[in-house]
Amino acid sequence: MTTYYSKDHEWISVEGDIATIGITSYAQEQLGDVVYVELPEAGRNLSQGDEAAVVESVKAASEVYAPIDGEVVEANGVLADEPAKVNADPEGGAWFLKMKVGNSGQLSDLMDQAAYKAYVETL
Amino acid sequence: MADANAETDLKQTPLHDLHVELGARMVPFAGYSMPVQYKAGIMAEHLHTRSKAGLFDVSHMGQAFLIGPDHETTARALEALTPSSFVELGLGRQRYSVLLNEEGGIIDDLMVTRPVSEEDDGKLMLVVNAARKDIDYAHFRDRLPENVSLQVVEDRALIAVQGPEAVAAVAAHAPKAAELAFMSAASMEFDGIDCHIARAGYTGEDGVEMSVPAGAAEAVARALLADDRVQPIGLGARDSLRLEAGLCLYGHDIDETTSPVEGAITFCMQKRRREEGGFPGDERIQAELKNGPGRVRVGLRLDGKAPAREGAEIALPDGPVIGTVTSGGFAPTVGAPIAMGYLPVEYAGTGTALELIVRGRRLPATVADMPFVPNRYYRKPKS
Repeated sequence: MTTYYSKDHEWISVEGDIATIGITSYAQEQLGDVVYVELPEAGRNLSQGDEAAVVESVKAASEVYAPIDGEVVEANGVLADEPAKVNADPEGGAWFLKMKVGNSGQLSDLMDQAAYKAYVETL
Repeated sequence: MADANAETDLKQTPLHDLHVELGARMVPFAGYSMPVQYKAGIMAEHLHTRSKAGLFDVSHMGQAFLIGPDHETTARALEALTPSSFVELGLGRQRYSVLLNEEGGIIDDLMVTRPVSEEDDGKLMLVVNAARKDIDYAHFRDRLPENVSLQVVEDRALIAVQGPEAVAAVAAHAPKAAELAFMSAASMEFDGIDCHIARAGYTGEDGVEMSVPAGAAEAVARALLADDRVQPIGLGARDSLRLEAGLCLYGHDIDETTSPVEGAITFCMQKRRREEGGFPGDERIQAELKNGPGRVRVGLRLDGKAPAREGAEIALPDGPVIGTVTSGGFAPTVGAPIAMGYLPVEYAGTGTALELIVRGRRLPATVADMPFVPNRYYRKPKS
């Protein structure tokens, strides 16, 4: 399993041809208290950069973009009842969706953990 | 953060360094660098204010005096620009009002206080919105009679303390604060510092707004924050608190196109003024009072968990768009999303079923009474 990070503060954990996607701890901290998460239905085909999900904090709505192409195979139903889990466990139990990787070549444009950490420090 | 130059152009309030020390996230707001939240976060700050007491820096708001030869002259000058009665305003009493344009639209909403002391006869103290200061002040200067002048106060901070424990926390330093009736004000000492304290606020809770000398603002804030009951609260929770209280945010829920009747703030118009008119836009406003306005601000409750924000369209179920959301978000005390918006009067009745269109989806909602959370303003016990 390899985990990648995007400049939009998503993490993408790839195992075989399935990518699990969520937002990083830095992202949840910036958002503040999450009160609602809108997730895509299984079967939806997303292209890199498409709006994949929306996170609503008390203050504002923020889009989450697909970091790679692929087909949604599962959304995390737990977040419908427990949106605050995004704040509590963003890089674990509060994953947003699983995608079937459509173009694995796009993964090489993403950052590894060390590069992401360095990136966040520049913000 | 991204644009360091833009940050340095922002004005700072006298409490800026304290906000930073307290770990606030500072954001640009109305030309000022202001705390949107502290470490606790908006949700916790909101709930703390409802259960104990929150301290808000509202020093970005404009403080000014209208100064004339006597109360009646100054009051009449302000009445010429607003639909409220000020001639009858008692000593130490405060009133919410609006500045109107010629079309009866709202230039700004403001709080007006008649000082308690006879020595200040002829003065009215104003508090106006930060983003409207320049417009308001120019409006006054262009229209005030020669014997009434506007004096802008630049050397005082404004600190709000709100919540069920707020007045007790303030009274520990300024005992006279506990004696104030709702919507009244007086000058008093807070640990020996000369303050002007009004029992009012923008949260629906009991509490005060304190005008304090800029140089003493930090001492006042620190003294209050040393009390376990009092936590610092940012603009994020200030917004969610006022939304639950059903209170308007200028530039969103009311603006230069909306009249006080449409904005459902007719409580700012006292009987004499409604009948006499004699204010800008009186023809429109009196007609709206008589026949009802075309549209009106209403409260909205969503059935689901997804919030609807400002700009979301309001539609009839499976039907056409009939209005727009002007404020909306998650209400921490209610535990659900709420909103305000404008609707044609015929659809404004409580319980009317509607849909709010968010990202192309129609979310079921109903017209709801405001406030969404009961007001807990202080009422003096009858003796």
